[in-house]
Amino acid sequence: MRASAAVATARAADGRTVVSRLASAPPLTLRQTGPHTVHLVSTAAGPLGGDMLALDLYVAPGTTLELGSVAATLVLPGPGESELLVTAHVGAGGTLRFAPEPTVLAAGCAHRLLVRLTLEDGASAFWREEIVFGRHGEPSGRCRSRFDVTRDGLPLLRQEFTAGDPDLDSSPAVYGSARCVGTTFLTARAEEPAVAEGVAVLPLAGPGTLVSALAKDAVQLRSRLEWGERTAVADEPATAATPW
Amino acid sequence: MRPALLLLTDSRLPAGGHAHSGGAERAVTSGAVHDVPSLAHFLRGRLRTAGAVAAALTAACTHASAGGGTVSWEALDAEVDARTASPAQREASRTQGRLLLRVARRIWPSPVLDELARAIPSPHHPLALGAAAHAAGCTPEEAALAAAYHAVTGPATAAVRLLGLDPVSVHAVLATLTPDLTAVATHACRPSDPLTPLEALGALPACSAPALDALAEQHARAEVRLFIS
Repeated sequence: MRASAAVATARAADGRTVVSRLASAPPLTLRQTGPHTVHLVSTAAGPLGGDMLALDLYVAPGTTLELGSVAATLVLPGPGESELLVTAHVGAGGTLRFAPEPTVLAAGCAHRLLVRLTLEDGASAFWREEIVFGRHGEPSGRCRSRFDVTRDGLPLLRQEFTAGDPDLDSSPAVYGSARCVGTTFLTARAEEPAVAEGVAVLPLAGPGTLVSALAKDAVQLRSRLEWGERTAVADEPATAATPW
Repeated sequence: MRPALLLLTDSRLPAGGHAHSGGAERAVTSGAVHDVPSLAHFLRGRLRTAGAVAAALTAACTHASAGGGTVSWEALDAEVDARTASPAQREASRTQGRLLLRVARRIWPSPVLDELARAIPSPHHPLALGAAAHAAGCTPEEAALAAAYHAVTGPATAAVRLLGLDPVSVHAVLATLTPDLTAVATHACRPSDPLTPLEALGALPACSAPALDALAEQHARAEVRLFIS
């Protein structure tokens, strides 16, 4: 299956955000759930092996978009590799919050998850990703994910994760005994790095922070990421506070 | 293979590499690395993540040293920054890069090294290693091999000292990793056509190791430590 879905915002005459484009393509079905909030609603199983899915997000300058999902994404095996390519652009002074439910890698799946986030000057972003290594009690499917964030054309964050590779899955250097990995990228810059059980708050070299967490299950992962997200913005000056 | 590659990767090269454990000390303190098999698993994971990134960026820097300025040192340095989320790891990389650049300029005097030192006085380690490899007459693939080797031998030696492991057993582990070293170095130098030099740089591996990031930050806060990183 090939499918390409898109969301775009525009700035109304009175300065408010309007969702100007909402193009669903099953299994990527989008529903507007608030003035500037859109949810992904799964209308087919998968992605299944062989599916090529794309999601485009465009946040116009000075507007806000929040994107969530109503349920976790379960990646299933099929003929060949599945791929989800998410391309997101946030214009100057725009704000994007991307916080879908976790991606679960069912045993036997082979998935690629590619995210390209480009930020213009003064854009704010919050981008959370959670990957669960298999359903309860099953071995992880295979997944390669890549996340590239550029700001004004300069690289801000580039990272890749590989799941379902025995050399990496239980290596004490990579995931240890964890069954999930998650990261939140924020344009808010934490003053200081912080670290707690299974979670680190890492101020990037450029303007941004990465919260990185490992956990035994999705519930623990979310709570560790949320701790890191709160910690990252705790010492932001009030004037620069983002809506979350 | 150029004999200079042996000098460049020798642990006796006085460039301060012996002071860094690449996360091994904190992994030992936490109990995650406690014997030869757990060390082997640590090293294999480190090689396939941090090692693969270092190898690719080092090779790109050797290539850039020979290429006469199609990609700036600043752009290369920014690509390493973007792949190193942990401030403690960025600091360790720049400390080792500065020391290596200083000794390399005396051992293999070269305009490329002088130019790097002018552009970035404390460059990330892959920049210093890549430029030093070029100055010593090595190819990008040899430079990648040196980076991959550096990614595992320092932590292995540190673990021997920290845990009192049998050094012969640990060297046997390193010997089993040699096919992986070759694979990482080869992958680091695969052709990137039809991308532009800057696009190719952006597309280089960026394999993350969340456990290494956390270990590096915990280590930076530790009161008692034998190694800098």
